[in-house]
Amino acid sequence: MFFILITGLLLGGTYALIAMGLNLQYGVARIMNLANGEMLVAGGFAAFWVYTAGQVSPIAALIVVAPLAFMVNWLIYRIMLRPLVKRAKSRGALEVDSILATFGLSFALVGIMSWMFGGGYFNYSYLAQRVDIFGSSYGQNRVVAFSIASLIAAGLWLWLSYTRAGLRMRAVAVSPESARLVGIDVTAVSALAFGLGGAVTATGGALISMFFTLDASVGVLFTMKALIIVIMGGVGDIRGTIVAALILGIAETFVARVIDPGLTLAAAYVLFLGILLFRPQGLFGKKPT
Amino acid sequence: MKRRSLMTTVAALAVMMGSLGAASAQDVLKFGAAAPKTGPLAGGADVTHWPAVRLWVEQTNAAGGLQLADGPALIELIEYDDQTNPQQAIQAAQRMATQDRVDFMVAPYSTGLNLAAAPIFSQLGYPQITGSNVTNQQPELSAQFPGMFFVLGRTSVMAEDTAQVLVDLRESGDIGNRVALVNVADAFGIEMAGISRAVLEENGFEIVYQTSYPLGTQDIAPIIDGAKAANPDAFIAWSYPGDTFALTDQAIVQDFSPSVFFTAVATAFPSYYGRFGQQAEGVMGMGGVNPDDPAFQAFASAHEELSGQGPDFWASASTYATLEILGQAIEATGSRDRAVVMEYLQDSSNSYETVLGPVQFNDMNDNERYWTVGQWQDGVFRGVAARGRDGVSDVVLKDGWD
Repeated sequence: MFFILITGLLLGGTYALIAMGLNLQYGVARIMNLANGEMLVAGGFAAFWVYTAGQVSPIAALIVVAPLAFMVNWLIYRIMLRPLVKRAKSRGALEVDSILATFGLSFALVGIMSWMFGGGYFNYSYLAQRVDIFGSSYGQNRVVAFSIASLIAAGLWLWLSYTRAGLRMRAVAVSPESARLVGIDVTAVSALAFGLGGAVTATGGALISMFFTLDASVGVLFTMKALIIVIMGGVGDIRGTIVAALILGIAETFVARVIDPGLTLAAAYVLFLGILLFRPQGLFGKKPT
Repeated sequence: MKRRSLMTTVAALAVMMGSLGAASAQDVLKFGAAAPKTGPLAGGADVTHWPAVRLWVEQTNAAGGLQLADGPALIELIEYDDQTNPQQAIQAAQRMATQDRVDFMVAPYSTGLNLAAAPIFSQLGYPQITGSNVTNQQPELSAQFPGMFFVLGRTSVMAEDTAQVLVDLRESGDIGNRVALVNVADAFGIEMAGISRAVLEENGFEIVYQTSYPLGTQDIAPIIDGAKAANPDAFIAWSYPGDTFALTDQAIVQDFSPSVFFTAVATAFPSYYGRFGQQAEGVMGMGGVNPDDPAFQAFASAHEELSGQGPDFWASASTYATLEILGQAIEATGSRDRAVVMEYLQDSSNSYETVLGPVQFNDMNDNERYWTVGQWQDGVFRGVAARGRDGVSDVVLKDGWD
């Protein structure tokens, strides 16, 4: 029982890493970023590269990976996505445009990564030793990734809840039009949210690369997972994403261990469907007024 | 006036260049290759397919090209990315035939893409010599597509030989009766698991744990936990690269160490040993080679030199062999006429010298001599079971991970 719970929590932590960034990007900046998975893989590649080239720990590499990803994503928003936001007449129109634009971006990123790193598989061995918790063994790298995910989640939540910048961010998440009326620079806040989301995603990628085998084309799998989690948790509330990620992790592990590993995807989609049916705004989402 | 003379010179030069181009065009054989550069199988193609294809082209050209009846011809390789998408593979084949007008085509990578491309290869009249395609449908396929050839082997034989390794180990008293069997839930995994289960049960083995998991699963802890709880003597996984790495990783983390640990695709990749090092010792997988064979050694060092990575210990060599076979058929007929070359390939009395050793196709276009099971021993993935190949090594039991 402990095994299922702990394995599920560790998996949930991984899922939170995959999805928290997208929540910021979609919830605040209103960009449904389909290149989310590619940004994650890019973070993983960066960690792989510094680890194999210089024996630098992937965790230490975060000091460079996170700010770099922030800058890249901030620029993507300012240069590529801002014009779409400006010309969009409604939220629906922006969603369609941003989905198409970031879908294209995902192909471009796959191309750039295959060109830079080749199409092969990337993995390495870091903290792949066992650690015993309540009589079962777990990978140290997964435990470390979970701990850092918890730190990021707690930090984001505290920042969003108790700082002025966080308040501005939540205001834009609730209503960009009204936020503008009270003197918030919506463009700047959106760009900040998009950049921050990208940084969180790339950080997740760097951590996940410790125990996942990645290749340049694998990003779309992560994008799919992140979409499900963000929509389950409710758009624009970081708590929802974390809770949904943990629920999904534990449910999948339970199904895999007790019923059949072949049914994990089915379990995930049944949960997803149930939430869409009975709480379409997501676990922590606000009902549209 | 001056301008006109300049124009004339340029025009004359252009004509000369054109005729030069036309002259050299006769001495070129165009080969078209479409295989994954992106998509789920890009990682595998990057190890197994592309380096072997490029190596053969480079070596053949360095040796002066292929000898046709009207003189030597250099190979020009035209590459396309099929995005691991069957539809793209078909379109690429069409494009290569009609736009690029290639003389011959390299068969695609993987079982699925080869099956998808078979009708279009057949319709366009190109021989399709497959080196990374394991199937059990050689009789039906060769009847339907007489230009399709099979170098890598049959699924049923590979599953049977894997089971036979366990039977032999039990006979000699090295392992007991208990087997855990898992597979990735796609055509390959389901077929292999089905055959190996039947063979194992026939031989009185007890399947103490069996399950499948969806394609792309890398969170594998519950499966290893379940298998470990069943306390098997042997663990057999019909897995794909991502899950092959994840299964091994989790087995090490949870200290699940049965006497036989078998994972399927990617176990034979050099990066598998690169990732797990000493811990990979004793792990078994599909394929294998005879690393003491000088032909393989020469291939491996040339591969390493060209692509910066060694070949995998399974389908790299057979992919390379498909081109050796095609090249030898072209040279034997001295013709770039596909129908003539095809006829030569279909004649089952012809035999080819390849990096795998001699290859001959039976009347189902099937090569009957290949490696089936390999095992990591002292940093090399040695073949421990084969059909009709020399240099089979003895199986060793896996003795823990540490």
